Parts: sequence; C-alpha cells; structure tokens
Amino acid sequence: MSKVLSEGFYKDMKKLEPRYPTKVALLLPALHRAQDDFGWLPPEALDEIAEYIEIHPAQVREVASFYTMYNLKPVGKYHLKICTNAACSLMGANELVKFCEKKLKIKCGETTADKKFTLDEEECLGSCGTAPMMMMGPRYYENLDPESLSDLLDSLE
Amino acid sequence: MSLAAQTSGETLYIQHFGNEEARTLDYYLRQMKGYQALKKALAMKPDDIIEEVKKSNLRGRGGAGFPTGIKWGFIPKDSDKPKYLVCNADESEPGTFKDRDLMRYTPHLLIEGMVMSAFAFGSNAGYIYIRGEYVQEARLLQEAIDEAYDKGYLGKNILDSGFHFDLTVHRGAGAYICGEETGLLNSLEGKRGEPRVKPPFPAISGAFGCPTVVNNVETLCAVPFIVDRGGEWFSKLGKLEKSGGTRIFCVSGHVKKPGLYELPSGGVTLRELIYDYCGGILDDRKLKAVIPGGSSAPVLTADEIDVVLDIEPLMKIGSMLGSAGIMVVHDGYDLIHLIYRITKFYDHESCGQCTPCREGCKWMVNIFKRILNGQGRMEDLDLLVDLSDNINQKTLCALGDAAAGPVKSFVTKFRHEFEARIRG
Repeated sequence: MSKVLSEGFYKDMKKLEPRYPTKVALLLPALHRAQDDFGWLPPEALDEIAEYIEIHPAQVREVASFYTMYNLKPVGKYHLKICTNAACSLMGANELVKFCEKKLKIKCGETTADKKFTLDEEECLGSCGTAPMMMMGPRYYENLDPESLSDLLDSLE
Repeated sequence: MSLAAQTSGETLYIQHFGNEEARTLDYYLRQMKGYQALKKALAMKPDDIIEEVKKSNLRGRGGAGFPTGIKWGFIPKDSDKPKYLVCNADESEPGTFKDRDLMRYTPHLLIEGMVMSAFAFGSNAGYIYIRGEYVQEARLLQEAIDEAYDKGYLGKNILDSGFHFDLTVHRGAGAYICGEETGLLNSLEGKRGEPRVKPPFPAISGAFGCPTVVNNVETLCAVPFIVDRGGEWFSKLGKLEKSGGTRIFCVSGHVKKPGLYELPSGGVTLRELIYDYCGGILDDRKLKAVIPGGSSAPVLTADEIDVVLDIEPLMKIGSMLGSAGIMVVHDGYDLIHLIYRITKFYDHESCGQCTPCREGCKWMVNIFKRILNGQGRMEDLDLLVDLSDNINQKTLCALGDAAAGPVKSFVTKFRHEFEARIRG
C-alpha cells in the first residue's frame, strides 16, 4: 500500500510523540493534521493513521466518527458552519441559514455542484456575545447579517 | 465602547481583553506583574499554596462550582504514579464565551496559573484541552507556551527552582460532551469522548489512569492573583460567604450591550446586570425569560430576576449559575422554538451510553417538533415533564440533567404559552 500521509504529517507527529505517555493519545492530533492536508479524511488516510499508531483501523473510525469536526466525506472549498444554537438563534441565525440556502441553492449538509461551498448548521461555537456568527476555515465571522454575509460570500474566489 | 468601560470595581482580567498587545510576554511582564507570583510560589511549601487557595474561596468556574483548593487536596500524596494537571478549555456550554478571551488576550496568565497549580500538588505535566473550533486561540496559546519555554517559565528547572513542568495544547474535535471532565480525559487519551463511571474520580484515576486535576481556564487564571495578593484578599473580592473573587459573566441574546462583564462574585442581581450594565432589553421590548447559567440551567421568568448572581442564590430558586452564560429573551421571541432548539442540541450531543439520555432527548425533540407543527396534544405537556423526570439524575454524567432541567422549567413556567399553541 502506498503512503498517502505527507512528510509534514510524520514530522509533526514525531515532535508530538514525547508529549504523551501513550501512542493512542496521538489519534486526535493525527486526525487533525491529516485533515489539514486533505481537507477531509479519506479512507486511506484513516488506515495509514491506524498503522502509524498501531491500532485497528476500526478504532480510528469509531473515534473519527464521534467528533463533528472530522470530515469523513469531502467538503467544498469553503465550508460554512453557521451556528444556530440558542444565542445565535435569538439573534437571527435562522435567517442566515435560509439566506445561504437560497443564495447557494443547496440545503444544509450539502455541497454546491462546483464544489465551492458546503453549508452546515453548527452547535454553539463560543461566540454568543457577537451573535449571529459562523466559522469558515479556521476563522470566526461574527455579528453577521444577510448583507454582510452576502458580501463575504461574493468576495470569495 | 471598550469592554473595560462596561464594568465597575476591581477587575483582574477584563481590562486586557480586546488589547492585542496583552498577549505578548513583554506586556505580561511589564503590565501584569507577569511570572512574579510564580517566583513567590516556587519558594513556598506546596501545601501552603493549597491552603491559600482554600482560604481564597475560589470555586470552579467551569460550571460545577466546586472549591478548587479542596479538589487539589484530593490528590494522593503517596502515589508513585505521575500526576497530571488538565485545563478544561472546551468551553462548549451554549452561552459561554469567556475562556476564549482569557486564552487569546491573557495566555501567559493561564500558563503561570498552571505552573504554580501543578507545583502545589506535585504534577510535572499538563495539558490544555481546548475545543477544536478555537483554532486561533490554540495557535496563540502555543505561541505563548513557546515563549514561556524560551524564557524558562516552562520546562526543566523552572526559575532555578528544581521544579519542572511540561505543558501541551491538545485540541478537541467538536463534541460538547468533552467538556465533562471524564469525557475530556477519554478524548485526551485518543478515545471517543464518553464519560466514565465514577468513582474512581479523576483525583485517583484520571488521565492515563493517573491522579489528575481538571480545572477550568478562568479558575486557573485566578491562581496567580491568589498567590500574589493572598487568599483572604481574593475571598473578599466576592460579596458572599464561601464564594471568592470576581466572575466573568457572559451575556448574550436580547440586550442592548451583549458581551463579557467582570463583577464581584455575588455582587449584583440579574436585574442589575441586564438593566444597569447591559443597557436593558433590545429595542426596549419587554423581558420574557432569562437562562442564567448556560443552556443547561433551568429558565427564569421576568419575575425572578432579582436573584443575586451567584452559585447558592440561583440554586435556591431551582436554577444554577453554571458557567455564567446568561441568555436574555424578549417577548418577541418564540419560547417553544427556543426550548426545541436547546433540546435538539442535547439530543445531538448525547454520547449514547445511557438509555434515558439517548432515548429521552430524542422523544422530547419529537414532541416539541409536533407542538411546533400544530399537532401537539395537551397531554404532551405532562409527558414532557414525565420524560424530564425520568432522565434527571439517571445518567452517568450531567448531560442528562442538563437536557432535563430546561425542558421541565420551560414547560412548567411557561405552560400557558404551550397550551395556547396546542389549542391553536
């Protein structure tokens, strides 16, 4: 089987190894690191992580599928995660979701045909004082309204 | 308006929020007496630090409000296993957003607090378990940790004391349940974040089967102040007995000025916070409901807001201060939709180990859905209360209680709204 994980992955993991008393503890950092490379977690990457950590591939999958941040299928170039939990809902998050669904012509959980956008509802992201908000890539976009969100989406290449 | 201007009295943290420079070591050393308390702590007897923290009446800021010094005291002294200090930076209780600012604006305060806490109960390794979505905050923390290693505040032989402490940032990956301390520990070990059966408690068998203390970010950030200025001083910052220090309140929802407010523990009522500090209700509408301690806290009506904001007073009226995440709701918002959305969250986040929580949340969501769709039945209201009673206190961790309490309180206190909706 040919390797799919990058040299950078193994380099970063090597650095982390001495920080933990067990190798299994590297599983979450490994999944994050692999996803940074691929944008999602292809099956071959999960298998290679299992091999690296020396655990059963099923153990990697049962952990990867427990956490919502790990994408087990490909997502669009821009992954919009709009918080619709209590505080954001109070401040109009549902209008943002409806607006995106209409503008991008997809439903929550779907990706546009050109693979540019994936739209998801998200649970509380810890930014309730600047609601409504969404996460895209590593960044938070706060105090949104349909106009500012529209401008943001239009500005994306 | 700056955040600092939103508050009154002595504050420890909030004056630095919003200031990008505050996160640098240089600022921390010059403006915040950085790492001076650590010097003092490393010259003290570890037990004396624990005594000082006990005297300070510092209580856990993550939600449970357990006295921090007593928690440290549970760590066995005679164990030959390594001991771990884990900072709970999962901050996933809806309505809570204070730890994010502590980490991005005062990361060195957290690091210093962790080193001296670890010294107090004899730990040489710590982890900051930070929620996965706080990507920027994890990066900023790592930068501060690297700086601290560079200058000898972390690592081997810290400040020539002979004490060593290693600190690692560990990112979660999107699971509310990892805010529960044993779920967090499983997650740290590379497993699904399912809570453990207790006992054994983490103090005996925590991370990697070793004695472990799990403390919230805000809790650990208080420690340098306690060591520097004394437990008694810290205790007196609070206005009630057995509840020391200031507290960062997170206010969101329908107020004119949402945000963070640092105030003395037990120093203000909920009414004062909403009307005097937060400028009152958005669009000058009428207040309808307040969730006072993160979405897990039973709801309060507009008639209940003269309660003093602290752990015991809120407990006395059947709610809780929790993580001090206060969500305010005006009379223009549909409460049935709100409790539906909150319950949907718990259903989504239930780890599935305990039947009452796994099944009960699903049933409650379905009942709310049918009420919202105009197909509710009057007997649904008693059924919701019954379901809630059969989840509460019947699960391994507090997620079950967190799902049950809000449902019962919404349905009981706002029953007339549900009845009106069902009648159509």
